[in-house]
Amino acid sequence: MKIVTVRRISQVFFLLLFFWFCIVSTFGEHWWQLRGWPVNWFLQLDPLVHVGVMLTTQTVYAGLSWALVTTVLTIVLGRFFCGWVCPFGTLHHLFGYLGKRGRTLSRKAAVNAYQRGQSIKYYILIFLLSAAAGALMARAVRTAVALAASLWLLTAVTIAIVALTIFGLTNQLRKTGTILLALVGGWTLVGLLYSMEPMIGASLQTGLLDPIPLVYRSVNLVLLPLVDSASPTLSVTQRHYEGAWLIGTVFLGALLMNLRTPRFYCRYVCPLGAFYGVLSRFSLWRIGKRQDQCAQCQWCEADCEGGCEPTGTIRLPECVLCMNCLDQCGHGLISYQTAPSASGAIVSPDMSRRGFVVALASGIAAVPMVRLGGYTDQNWNPAVIRPPGALREADFLSRCIKCGQCMRICPTNIIQPAGLEAGLEGLWTPLLNFRVGTSGCQLNCIACSHVCPTAAIRPISLEEKLGRGVFAEPGPIRLGCAFVDHGRCLPWAMDKPCIVCQETCPVSPKAIFVREYYSPLRNGVAEVVRSNGSVLEIAGTSFQAAQLSTGDYFIRLTTDPTNTRRPIVDNADRVLAVDPRTPFGPELAIGSRIEIQVRLQRPQVDPKLCIGCGVCEHECPVSGKRAIRVSGENESRNKRRSLLL
Amino acid sequence: MNRREFLSRTLRAGVLAAAAGSLSYWLYDGRGPGPDSTAQGNLVVLPDFSVPELSGRMSVITGADRIRTVDMGLKAVGGIEAFIRKGDGVLIKVNAAFASPPILGATTNPQLVSHVATLCRKAGASSVVVTDNPINDPQSCFTLSGIGDAARSAGARLMLPTGSSFAPTTVPHGKLIRDWPLLHAPFQGVNKVIGIAPVKDHHRSGASMIMKNWYGLLGGQRNIFHQNINDIILELAMMVKPTLVILDGTTSMMTNGPTGGSLSDLKQTRCMIVSTDQVAADACGASLLGKRAADLPFILKAQNAGLGTADYESLNPAREAVG
Repeated sequence: MKIVTVRRISQVFFLLLFFWFCIVSTFGEHWWQLRGWPVNWFLQLDPLVHVGVMLTTQTVYAGLSWALVTTVLTIVLGRFFCGWVCPFGTLHHLFGYLGKRGRTLSRKAAVNAYQRGQSIKYYILIFLLSAAAGALMARAVRTAVALAASLWLLTAVTIAIVALTIFGLTNQLRKTGTILLALVGGWTLVGLLYSMEPMIGASLQTGLLDPIPLVYRSVNLVLLPLVDSASPTLSVTQRHYEGAWLIGTVFLGALLMNLRTPRFYCRYVCPLGAFYGVLSRFSLWRIGKRQDQCAQCQWCEADCEGGCEPTGTIRLPECVLCMNCLDQCGHGLISYQTAPSASGAIVSPDMSRRGFVVALASGIAAVPMVRLGGYTDQNWNPAVIRPPGALREADFLSRCIKCGQCMRICPTNIIQPAGLEAGLEGLWTPLLNFRVGTSGCQLNCIACSHVCPTAAIRPISLEEKLGRGVFAEPGPIRLGCAFVDHGRCLPWAMDKPCIVCQETCPVSPKAIFVREYYSPLRNGVAEVVRSNGSVLEIAGTSFQAAQLSTGDYFIRLTTDPTNTRRPIVDNADRVLAVDPRTPFGPELAIGSRIEIQVRLQRPQVDPKLCIGCGVCEHECPVSGKRAIRVSGENESRNKRRSLLL
Repeated sequence: MNRREFLSRTLRAGVLAAAAGSLSYWLYDGRGPGPDSTAQGNLVVLPDFSVPELSGRMSVITGADRIRTVDMGLKAVGGIEAFIRKGDGVLIKVNAAFASPPILGATTNPQLVSHVATLCRKAGASSVVVTDNPINDPQSCFTLSGIGDAARSAGARLMLPTGSSFAPTTVPHGKLIRDWPLLHAPFQGVNKVIGIAPVKDHHRSGASMIMKNWYGLLGGQRNIFHQNINDIILELAMMVKPTLVILDGTTSMMTNGPTGGSLSDLKQTRCMIVSTDQVAADACGASLLGKRAADLPFILKAQNAGLGTADYESLNPAREAVG
């Protein structure tokens, strides 16, 4: 079997596996639903997730160790993941194939020629990783500055730089060394001059462009809901995701770019590909020519996926190991071999020093800049309600890779990708929206916390969520607190009985309780013109038939000092009937004035019991802007936002 | 040549793979973060700043001139030298809560601050720090209240709260102040604390005097403590055991407290209270507002907690009149 056939089988296998994982990320009990399928596997294989979380938290969370497999294999084999495994890469490959059909050989070879722009992905990588590493670097500097030795180090670095400069910069290694030392020295100097920690935060933004979270997010939040809407099988009702258009546009745009340049995303944008490119520097096997001289027929470049110029001096960091060149070379001159290519090979990414430093510096600076908005601090947005188990905002942002797994798994569809609610860095992170979906956060559900691949939503037990057993002392996990809007609530503002919120409150004892209040009806004062004790004919006002027979309306004599109310059992436009077993006595003379009252139960929230699950908000009949809404105050993930002592 | 190149490459690849593997192994975290992933590590606790052999001293001096009354008051409790020794680091906790001019009496009188700071310097204090975490904008508060200038003119160091000034504290046996941000930076190198506060009406607690004034040492969303004002004042008094307190009742804010805003809110009560017992000082100050200690639950709570006595007469305060 030809090597490219094996590659194609591998690609199709992993693509189908990926789609399968997306499909089975469905809450339920069928075998094709979430029954222990390793749905995060591709995310866990992704070393950019691994390294990103390592930089922001200095930990490797459980399953993320899988990335070691890909890392080590890439170190040995090169970018095999891109050409053989990556589901997004396979889609690009497919679209690229569609785009280049019918093109001439020279045209094909031309679009596959290496472009300088392909180095952009390395700058993107540097930018994203330095944004994640800023806090770590700041801490390292503080530790260094705290030591007296740091001054000596600084001096030593300066001397070393001067020495390297004097002894010439001809050697590439020396150049790299100089840059490195200059960065270390400069960084230490900055650290000596002022403290950077207050503003520099660890922000994990790799997920914006990392192909694995991107393809998970796009397929789960855009593709599947669209496909499934024809005949819902994955979910009972149509799934909705706010801002799906943007996620879909990025996805579709990336795919359509293949029609112009095959694997456009992989070549120009993909930070994961860039990371693999750097890792493959010492790869033991690599694509290369057996002999320098060849016919220059360019067949090998016709289908080159990476744009890595196998004809000439191959650019190894760009090579995605598609093996097309191997297959195409009619002369058998190209092979995947341990020996260096006869035409030489470029092993380093095509990055300029200047570009490297700019990307690094702007990555570090970008986080303090977006945090000037204060979203993680005093200016936190109470509309940012995170799923149960979510870490404190700053810690959350240092782990969330925006993969959308929590949004996919949420059985009620209330976990939604954020727009700019949580600031720019919170784009596509999970927010709870109790207006969409089928209910609030279900009391006995902890699915999102267990699906989260990076523990941005840490795994919680039901006991912990509900504050039972050993968790009785800290109490249940609160997502926020419900607030009644007295200006919109039917019993508070419109004299209409309701209390749906109180009834649906799932907490026991209920966090929503009611206070009874009898409100005089508008135009509710009448004069009795005839009466037999239980049936009263009135003047001065009138009602629709049966309007007052709901059991919520009462008659009170305006002159009754005891304030006794008799429930109305029936009415015509000018006739009111009370229960004949409790008729009015002689105090009801003709000409007496009566007042019709409605009994209201006005909801009130006990912040001590409210867990912010949002069921009340979801059920509130004031369907636009709800009359009871959950707000982020009192969320238990940050006790500084406590509403109560 | 090829073989050597390949071996060197293998070696490097091996080192890289091993480094990646061991780093991941070293940082492996199978369980993930806990409930409070940013639980503050080291809690600070303020030491006891009181001078044991000088406990229970008190003076109540009548007069309109703060400089003269405070001089007399200090003399009556043993003189500033008894409290401040050579080389001491002194912290003066003022009430600079509001950005309002001194004449409105919502903040500690600036002349009083500079005078006491000067006395401390003369007594040999190596440093005097004046601080508060005000309710209004800190810069504006210290400027408009005149306390900033007063402190600087007396050679004291003014310390405004910044983000890094706070460290979490837990008051031993406290229920409210637990892992709560405390304005801690000004306490570096401090071994004596003097509280100077005006006598003011306060709608929630009944009165804002010495004990309530420690509120300005808290940071964070401290206003949630208003849900339980008497207990928070009690815990503030538990948190700070001062060397000396000076309660300025020269003019008292009788109404519209604690902000005031009008001269008509003030009354000339012509009284300066100096004490080592903050509970006694507040109990005495309450009388200037026409209240009894029994009207103010925080005073009784503080007394019951053994922080001082509400029966200030039992301390036999020195009473003098000047001017």
